[in-house]
Amino acid sequence: MNPLIPLFIAVPLAGAFLTIILGRFLRDAGRYTGLLVLLCLAAVSIFAAATINGEVLAYKVGGWEPVNGIPIGIYMVMDNFTALVLCIINIVGFLALIYSVTYISQYTSENYFYSLFCLMVAGMNGVVLSGDLFNIFVFLEIASIASYALVAFGVEREQLEATFKYQVLGGLASLLILFGIGLIYWKAKTLNIADIKIAMGSNPDKIHYTVIQLLLLSGFGLKAAVIPFHAWLPDAHSSAPSPISAMLSGVLIKAAGIYVLIRIFFNMFIISSEIAVLITTLGALSMVIGVFLAIGQWDIKRLLAYHSISQMGYVILSVGIGMILLARGTKPEVATLAISGGIFHLINHAAFKSLLFLNAGAIEYRTGTRNLKEMGGLSGLMPATSSTSFIASMSISGIPPFNGFFSKLIIIIAAILGKFYLLALIAVIVSIITLASFLKFQRYAFYNKAVVGREQEIREVPFPMVFSMVILGLLCVLLSLLAIPQIRDMFLTPAIKVLTDPQLYTSTILGM
Amino acid sequence: MTLIVKKTTQLLAGIVFLYGIYVILHGHLTPGGGFAGGVIIAGSFILLILAFGSEFMNLTREETGTTLTENLAILAVLLIALAGMIVGARIFFDNWLPAGKVGELVSAGVIPLYNIFVGIEVAASILTIFLALVIFKEEITK
Repeated sequence: MNPLIPLFIAVPLAGAFLTIILGRFLRDAGRYTGLLVLLCLAAVSIFAAATINGEVLAYKVGGWEPVNGIPIGIYMVMDNFTALVLCIINIVGFLALIYSVTYISQYTSENYFYSLFCLMVAGMNGVVLSGDLFNIFVFLEIASIASYALVAFGVEREQLEATFKYQVLGGLASLLILFGIGLIYWKAKTLNIADIKIAMGSNPDKIHYTVIQLLLLSGFGLKAAVIPFHAWLPDAHSSAPSPISAMLSGVLIKAAGIYVLIRIFFNMFIISSEIAVLITTLGALSMVIGVFLAIGQWDIKRLLAYHSISQMGYVILSVGIGMILLARGTKPEVATLAISGGIFHLINHAAFKSLLFLNAGAIEYRTGTRNLKEMGGLSGLMPATSSTSFIASMSISGIPPFNGFFSKLIIIIAAILGKFYLLALIAVIVSIITLASFLKFQRYAFYNKAVVGREQEIREVPFPMVFSMVILGLLCVLLSLLAIPQIRDMFLTPAIKVLTDPQLYTSTILGM
Repeated sequence: MTLIVKKTTQLLAGIVFLYGIYVILHGHLTPGGGFAGGVIIAGSFILLILAFGSEFMNLTREETGTTLTENLAILAVLLIALAGMIVGARIFFDNWLPAGKVGELVSAGVIPLYNIFVGIEVAASILTIFLALVIFKEEITK
């Protein structure tokens, strides 16, 4: 696996530039280049997840060996957690791109779409693989700038307004992150995540350390749309073209926000209980406020966007519970359970939320509206869309046997075992409200009385769109297999071990 | 613009262009390099466009050319980096050419090559941005 690591970044970058060059001569070049690139990436990421087996692989770019035990080059690090997130990015990316083949043909200059899409995937792969903070920042900017352009792809009034808001808040997030990185470099004299832990860990200046943690928490919190920083998300995610909404909501907020937060707070900082309590509070707030903002929405994509905030709250909450328990040093097995629940929910959310956005796109493609009040009776007219969206709605509401049930169950069990009874109760209540709002979505879109006079125009969407939705629907069912202990031990447990084991990551990378 | 401005620009632009090439080629020896030199080269073109006016040339055709050049140059950088995975130490971004003697123009392995292509890339992309803004303004006034 080791020599293949740079391909995750080099292949999509090459795809992005080739698309523009070939696009000058062939009209459909972007479509085929993009599909080929994402197919390769999806295959390599599945291969990586299957073969990594709990190892931590470090790739030194340019072959720069450490001097006196201090890493001087750029490191790319691949472990089980990275491999899982890479799988999410590239598989969801591939399916969203298949969906785009017909969906995007209603816009002009398709080749730019595929080029930007490849750039965004390259940026996210880079964020996930990078082993030092500055490269995380660089790739974060690549992914963010590509996504700003993609949100505005329709160049309508609404999309331009959304992308402006997104750019301003995204720029603010980048500023906070860069400031935090600067403060780290000032004290630690290094940017390698593993090396920072050694350099800062011995005698941290308490105030300086807390300021850095807060800066990075708010910077990446803005990227992840945790509740006080969520203002950009509903606009940006609802006005982007649907495959892009699926990528933003299903993948980008995880790869650029949650993944980096988890990585730096577990592998770079020493977990302190104050920050852990703060993170848990933010998670609980996002969960509750997100769902209450969602339930009153009548625009499908806005409703889904607010639910993203709420579901990300579950992930942050459970990871926070794990951090509190680890900081206290009590019940390490419950902490492991809580973190595994969070990461399981992260994977599940990628499957069902991107599926829901693709469903919303399919509905908009045929009916031309996103308003729930203007649709109805679509279940007979669009059977594939209707059935897949039913699966996804039940998954997100936590109904067995779909995947969302198992991850929410693990999170709630972990909260009860860790004696956080109130948080467990909130998680259950939020899940019930989620169910209510998705029943509303199902009823108004698919089962209500049909809108009179339009039955002839509305039919099932073209095959590529149905294909992506059906595969994601199958994934929603199959991912519940991760709850079986043997399969969990293969994929999830080694990923948790990298995070909870204080020595494994640092010592492997520094070669100690 | 007046004849004086046009004539002076014609005389200056070539020197600015040559200086850009000098900065790029000596990137591994002196301060500067691909990025700085690329900006200077783009500056020489922008000077000419400003002096002679936008009706002098076919803007959209120029923009196609710069976009194409930019993408080809950045692809070349990526290919040199990927070539490191095939020859030599088989590592991404490996310096796979012989290092040569310190201080000579042809030395430092692949770094001058990176500088050259980064220079082309930066010059073409800055020119693309400039042309895009000019085209946008022309379309607005129409």
